[in-house]
Amino acid sequence: MTNDSIDRNAAQLDVSGGAGLEARELHAWFGQHHALADVSLRFPENTVTGLIGPSGCGKSTFLRLLNRMHEFIPGAAMAGEVRLNGDDIYAPGVDPTAIRKRIGMVFQKPNPFPSMNIAENVLAGIKLTGKKIDDRDSLLEESLVRAGLWKEVRDRLKAPGSSLSGGQQQRLCIARALAMQPEVLLLDEPCSALDPVSTLKVEETIVQLSESMTIVMVTHNMQQAARVSDFCAFFLSNGGPGRLIEADVTGRIFEDPRDTRTADYVQGRFG
Amino acid sequence: MTASLESMPVFEMPGHVEPRRPWRRPARSFLSSGATVVVASVAAALIVLVSPLAGLLGWYAAMVVTFPAALAARVARSGGRAVADRIATGVITMGFVAVTIPWVSIVWTVVHRGLKAFYLGYLTTDMVVNSPDDPLNVGGVSHAIVGTLIQVLMASLIAVPLGIVAAVYIVEVRGRAARWVRFFTQAMSGVPSIVAGLFVYATVVVAITHRFNAVAGSLALSILMLPTVARTAEEVLKVVSDDLRAASYALGATEFATTSRVVLPAIRSGLVTSAVLGVARVAGETAPLLLTSQYFVRFTTNITSGPMASLPTYVFGNLGVGSENSVARAWAGSGVLLTIIFVLFISARLLGGRNRNGR
Repeated sequence: MTNDSIDRNAAQLDVSGGAGLEARELHAWFGQHHALADVSLRFPENTVTGLIGPSGCGKSTFLRLLNRMHEFIPGAAMAGEVRLNGDDIYAPGVDPTAIRKRIGMVFQKPNPFPSMNIAENVLAGIKLTGKKIDDRDSLLEESLVRAGLWKEVRDRLKAPGSSLSGGQQQRLCIARALAMQPEVLLLDEPCSALDPVSTLKVEETIVQLSESMTIVMVTHNMQQAARVSDFCAFFLSNGGPGRLIEADVTGRIFEDPRDTRTADYVQGRFG
Repeated sequence: MTASLESMPVFEMPGHVEPRRPWRRPARSFLSSGATVVVASVAAALIVLVSPLAGLLGWYAAMVVTFPAALAARVARSGGRAVADRIATGVITMGFVAVTIPWVSIVWTVVHRGLKAFYLGYLTTDMVVNSPDDPLNVGGVSHAIVGTLIQVLMASLIAVPLGIVAAVYIVEVRGRAARWVRFFTQAMSGVPSIVAGLFVYATVVVAITHRFNAVAGSLALSILMLPTVARTAEEVLKVVSDDLRAASYALGATEFATTSRVVLPAIRSGLVTSAVLGVARVAGETAPLLLTSQYFVRFTTNITSGPMASLPTYVFGNLGVGSENSVARAWAGSGVLLTIIFVLFISARLLGGRNRNGR
């Protein structure tokens, strides 16, 4: 029933169906621990969806299921489907590296490659995957411009990535993800380690990027979710596995949620 | 910015500010530290005079007590915690000095005893026309230097890649047999060097080449080198943050690309260190070489057939002769070996440390 509301709103936004990303009855386990249960959620093309909820509710696990990063954790298991443009990314024979090229990810902590300079970091995905491109320089510039970092680093592209400030490093990581020209971008609390000015810059970047890609971001910052996202999904665990409580357009989640637990959380009454 | 500051009467712009380093200890405190050492030394000397302790060693044993005591006495007024802190500092300092004694002693003995056999030609001539107890102004170690360099280099070419691959298998691939690979690498580090030599002697020298040769020597050395390289490379790999691997995988990189282009470059200097530790482990090995490349007096670069000299076997051989001049030659050879290892170590650190920015 919660998916219905997103479907309806997607239709209102006149986004063509069948595109974007869709999770169907997703479950996740770590060994015997059931971490996430029965999440179905659609991410319409070229929208920003915020995943909110208290720590330990399974948001990050859910995010990592969407680009097959979950399976790196020893003992991890899953059930359900994730459909990218209609095709299940967990179907037999699907190459996870091909999926991750199409679904980029930015992590909570900035993690530029220490052995590479700024330019090499941006183009790292090209080098690592052996992707063929015509014009490296323009891709480099375009990625940095879109990540909002070009003006700050244009004169020192050969400097090590670690010489940048935390906020700049995070935008460098966004540029690195963008250089792969992904269809979907997953952001796992991208601003939690950043100061307010850097946060604002990253948020502006996210809004601009959503014109050309589908964005899913985990955030603990309610104002950020309200500012940036088109849709919001609220996750909660009552001691058992995390579940999707409610998903809707962002305005309704914050002003008129149907579930009292959502209302309590977004108004800061618990969690 | 400046204008607005100047318009504010509360803040006066200072004309000139002298840069200071308040965290540095003032010169006076070094002076008084020196005084503390002198006081402790004199007190220790007095103890040696009136007690059964004797000689330098007795004096050092007394210093272990008097130096912390002298340090503590200076802060006696500040109370128990400061005294305890100084006593601990003093004991640790004396412990540090104690462990440097063997090191300094070895270097000193080698230089002192070897210097009389050393002349410029020592590095450029071999021992073909000399007997070990010939006068010290003829003959040299050029054959042994080149022999050691060749054999250690070949052993490194075998053991370093293998060791790193083994470490990658254990830490990165986490393959099914990782536990066993780990177990056997650990077990290998306990193999006595003579056994490694005997093994190569039986399987290569006797069975295949029928002659002593340098390749066999390198094989024996690489057996001893492999566990050292694998273990240290494993430790270095473990330090790499999983964030880094996740960043690479999230871009769609394969395991091979992640390991070879992200993880290994990030720990380049650590890998160089592991290789250097491996070289240091085997450069002085004698027993395995005696059974494989044997002992030789002629300069040669033939690695596949016939014996080849090396510095440890040169030292061993000359020491065995037992005459005054041959023993001096052995000490000089030891000095050359020490110097080579030292130079290798320094240059490897410089090479590995260059162009690193992450770690």
